[in-house]
Amino acid sequence: MLTSVLIAVAVLLGLAALFGGLLGYAAERFRVEGNPIVEQIDALLPQTQCGQCGYPGCRPYAEAIASGDAINKCPPGGEATIHALADLLDVEPQPLDAEHGAAQAKRVAVIREDECIGCTKCIQACPVDAILGAAKHMHTVIESECTGCDLCVEPCPVDCIDMVEIQPDIRGWHWDKPTPAQRLQIIASDRQGATA
Amino acid sequence: MRPVYAFHGGIHPPENKQQSTSQPIRFAGLPQRLIIPLQQHAGAPAQPLVSPGQHVLKGELIGEPQGKISAAIHAPTSGTIDSIALLPVAHPSGMSDWCITLIPDGKDTWAPRHPVADFRQLEREELLERVRYAGIVGLGGGGFPTEIKLHPPLHDNVETLILNGAECEPYITADDMLMRERAEEIVRGMEIMAFILRPQTCLIGIEDNKPEAITALRKAVEGTRIEVVVVPTKYPSGGEKQLVKLLTDIEIPHGHIPADVGVMCQNVGTALAVYRAIRHGEPLISRITTLTGDALAEPGNFETLIGTPVRYLLEQAGVDYGATRRLIKGGPMMGFTLETPDVPVVKTTNCLIAATAEEFPDPAPEQPCIRCGQCAEACPMDLLPQQLFWFARAQEFDKAEHFNLFDCIECGACAYVCPSSIPLVQYYRYAKGEMREQLADTLKSDRARQRFEARQARLEREQAEKEAKRKARAEAAAKAQAEKASTPVDERAAKAAAVQAALARKGMTTPEAPAPALPDRAELQAQLDKAQEKLAKMQQALDDARNSNSDQVEKLERAVAKNQERVLQAEQALQAAKPAATPAPERQPDLTELQAQLDKAREKLAKMQQALDDARSNNPAQVEKLERAVAKNQERVANAEAALNIAQAPAASATAAEVPDLPTLRDQLDKARNKLAIMEQALADADAPEQVEKLQRAVAKNRERVALAEQALEQAKSTATSE
Amino acid sequence: MAFVKLSSPHAQGARRTSQVMQWVILATLPGLLAQTLFFGWGNLINVVFCVALAVAAEALILKLRGKPVGFYLNDYSAVVTGLLLGLALPPLAPWWIPVVAVFTAVVLAKQLYGGLGSNPFNPAMVGYALVLISFPVAMTTNWAAPEGLTAAPGFLETLSIIFAGQQVAPDTFTMATPLDVYKHEISASLASDVRQLPMFGDWVARGWEWVNLAFLAGGLLLLWLKIITWHIPVSMLGALAFMSLLFGWNPDLYTPLSLHLLAGATMLGAFFIATDPVSAATSRIGKLWYGAGIGVLIYLIRTWGSYPDAVAFAVLLMNFAVPFIDYYTQPRTYGHSKARRGAPGKNG
Repeated sequence: MLTSVLIAVAVLLGLAALFGGLLGYAAERFRVEGNPIVEQIDALLPQTQCGQCGYPGCRPYAEAIASGDAINKCPPGGEATIHALADLLDVEPQPLDAEHGAAQAKRVAVIREDECIGCTKCIQACPVDAILGAAKHMHTVIESECTGCDLCVEPCPVDCIDMVEIQPDIRGWHWDKPTPAQRLQIIASDRQGATA
Repeated sequence: MRPVYAFHGGIHPPENKQQSTSQPIRFAGLPQRLIIPLQQHAGAPAQPLVSPGQHVLKGELIGEPQGKISAAIHAPTSGTIDSIALLPVAHPSGMSDWCITLIPDGKDTWAPRHPVADFRQLEREELLERVRYAGIVGLGGGGFPTEIKLHPPLHDNVETLILNGAECEPYITADDMLMRERAEEIVRGMEIMAFILRPQTCLIGIEDNKPEAITALRKAVEGTRIEVVVVPTKYPSGGEKQLVKLLTDIEIPHGHIPADVGVMCQNVGTALAVYRAIRHGEPLISRITTLTGDALAEPGNFETLIGTPVRYLLEQAGVDYGATRRLIKGGPMMGFTLETPDVPVVKTTNCLIAATAEEFPDPAPEQPCIRCGQCAEACPMDLLPQQLFWFARAQEFDKAEHFNLFDCIECGACAYVCPSSIPLVQYYRYAKGEMREQLADTLKSDRARQRFEARQARLEREQAEKEAKRKARAEAAAKAQAEKASTPVDERAAKAAAVQAALARKGMTTPEAPAPALPDRAELQAQLDKAQEKLAKMQQALDDARNSNSDQVEKLERAVAKNQERVLQAEQALQAAKPAATPAPERQPDLTELQAQLDKAREKLAKMQQALDDARSNNPAQVEKLERAVAKNQERVANAEAALNIAQAPAASATAAEVPDLPTLRDQLDKARNKLAIMEQALADADAPEQVEKLQRAVAKNRERVALAEQALEQAKSTATSE
Repeated sequence: MAFVKLSSPHAQGARRTSQVMQWVILATLPGLLAQTLFFGWGNLINVVFCVALAVAAEALILKLRGKPVGFYLNDYSAVVTGLLLGLALPPLAPWWIPVVAVFTAVVLAKQLYGGLGSNPFNPAMVGYALVLISFPVAMTTNWAAPEGLTAAPGFLETLSIIFAGQQVAPDTFTMATPLDVYKHEISASLASDVRQLPMFGDWVARGWEWVNLAFLAGGLLLLWLKIITWHIPVSMLGALAFMSLLFGWNPDLYTPLSLHLLAGATMLGAFFIATDPVSAATSRIGKLWYGAGIGVLIYLIRTWGSYPDAVAFAVLLMNFAVPFIDYYTQPRTYGHSKARRGAPGKNG
């Protein structure tokens, strides 16, 4: 009787040791080498370098998130970025923190060139070097490189920089997501039109 | 008999082709104005070559291809260019694009053409060039520039050339009528393509619902090696991938073009356009467009000039706009709706359907997907449309991509069979568009990140440079001090150290690329001596020459002048070198060094004074101590001033070289002024009386400093100008 | 002049979800007719009762969920769920059994998961399995004897049996199913003896064979209409037959193939229950595996399990396996050398 109990215990212990070892080996052998988390977070941020989050750029914010800061401080990224971050970090998505600004349409800076006095202040402010110009000469924005961060607007002494919303382009256009309501609405409005 | 293979899925929607095949092809006529979009094809828009007011002839090039993938555009008739402007074009978005507007003059005068009776006389490259400048694009609907397509990758050999006459979409009969009426020209066009590509097999694929066209083509290919292959009617057998599978049993691998597997598909209309371009020298300025739909009184096929407004064209077929509910460009399966008929016909406009509400009822409300799988049965690409729908709706785009969303050809078979009326194709288009947008955003943000990081690195580098400069200056000062303290060392070492220090001071602006080492003073002196000697010699020679041989005088004079200049230069160099390498024959303390010491002493004194003031009001016990300390410091300051004066006097008397250079002085002056401004500001802001007093003292001191600096600058300026 | 702006395709096939459901309903009629002819009014009353309950339950919960009731009721899916339960439940089961089953099916198994299209399990089978586990005796003994419509209790009497709890003498009008009986009897006797029992009749199992053939006919109609594909019924019946021939070839030891196919709910299950698209596997290969799994499970449970019939359990168990099957059975897309597996980020 006692021996059978002992055998059972021994077998169970043996199995436990065996599977424990197997699991441990597998964990080592098939360990997934991920990117450092900061890199992954940084890759999700929109790289406007606008500093609206309170950090001097996207990378510093990525570092802050990695060490526990909230993920909802990035207005240019908006909901999409928050969701992507929540997904990556496996946390609940939160609404955008209004303290850091509201999400808005994509914009670019445009310099009203005849008003520019060539002070170079905006050039120094631009986080991505997207403004061209030299002292006492007119400056201009390289639109394709502008991230729409707003940082050049404030320093301009003559207020000649406008933030212009990017207009939808025929070549970049694509169909919207269909919404059942939208379809029903078409029908409803047409019915009205027909009876009127 | 060539075997015909099968592809998965497919549907059999009502054909509705007979409405538009009862009449032969008619000419649509010349409208009041033609609107020719710069982009009617895949790739880059054409570059306009005309300006408003210019008169052009029929077939004249008005826009040339721009970049590799692009197509030329031509004037469809003779007339005057009215404008180049943004106008609504036939696009699902309903947006505008750049268009050239042409007012026809009604004469329809051709520009000179260059027909080629026998294309075999031409080089292949020459033929391709002609196709390119004829503006020919795929007329089946894709609009891909034909010339690019006919240039297969170098390592690929096109074994099978397929002419696509399947025209599987309901309603459309443009290719059908073309094959019935112009089979001969189509076959000639295919021969030209075959001449360019040298394939082993030439096939024309055609659906079995077009018996007249089959008969006409069979007759036309007699005596050639082209085969007409009849495929069963099933939508979308006219899709390039499906037709290739039907005729050759080859699947075009994902991410490849047919040429990669030795096959090429061209539309029958394209073949005709190639024939006309080569044989008659006529660019692509018109096409056959099917006009059909229940809202038309006289549906049929029209030979239409590119740029003809849809409104004008539909009127030729007796349109009833009141009955029109949906206006479709293209077929009912893949076409898109036009919200207005005020858009032009372009090279890819194969069909226009003016449909009534009964013909294409408005879509029923979307019901839940029951995963019935009808869509998967119908999908010609063997996808799982119901899964793709699920992912697209939930915006799980990565999963959609994993389920091969990008293999979807948007044929609409899934949405056609869907019992829940789900607009599946729109979901896929939305998902694809979003993913493309995300990709573009990612690329842009990557670039922004790079630029940001580059800028950060640059700023850091500049900071480091500044730091290095500051450090070097401090080091040099320390060295000079050490030198002063040490016992006399041998002169050469001292000189070396001095030169080093000067170098450090002068050269630190660009530490990685040091300025050319300053020539040392002795060397300069030697050079100067040499130059003077030479000058003397020259002078001598000149004098001699003047006396004996007048011929050489001029030359020598020139040489003397040159040498004088050289001497002058050497002198200047020497003077420039002097302030840098302050010689220390008497071991004189460096001026700046002394100045620094003096400043330090003064600063300390000021501090003491302040402490003393504080102590007087708060802590009488310490007053005495402080008074003593102040006295000591005053003495030190006085000493330092004296030393400086002594040092300055000989330095000033020795040469003018010790005068600090202008920019430095200006810099100092600016700095002093700045500080003064800050002080004054602080003074204005201050309200506590003792603070005011202190600040007043500081301001006064600073004013003095500014005045001094100004004076120094003036002096330096005057010496500079006098020199 | 502005015309509508819509994405292609503009042409639409004629068939709607409601029509699909209506055809399914229509296709069960031969089976229902056969049941009524052989087992009396019980099934018909059950079907009507269950359908009414299901529609009422669906309407109630749609109202509670704040959804448009008319729009969703119009898809007829609730009717189909009620219908299938009515067909599957014992004809003379007391009224509270359909009530529990229908509410479980419509409310728990369907609407709480999000309604039509979102339920991972076949709703009718969830309801059926729940009552089968909860009330095993009532569920297995209340089958009417296949005496024919004339010999069975009359319409009013049946109503009274179901709704007023009128007692019926066991083994005269109600009895266990042939599968159940054969399995019990064969352990003690030979096939030829068991076959002597009146309920097995002359051919396979009196009445049952015709009911199953009628469902088969309805199923073939659905196949012909392309409302279902052949994959699930064929693989399911094939797997069942294969298992039966492999293990149960000796009718003196095990239930024979003929009984497996033509007694019990086999045909109803194969064509009407297992083919429920919402809870079945997605791709063609997946459907084959799914059907085969059901067939194998039916045989295993019928032969070695404690329940006489097993369609409900087999279907539910395979419902569990659907995500797994879907993971591995995506079709090979045109132009791809092999089929994708699984989800992104995994070994695709």
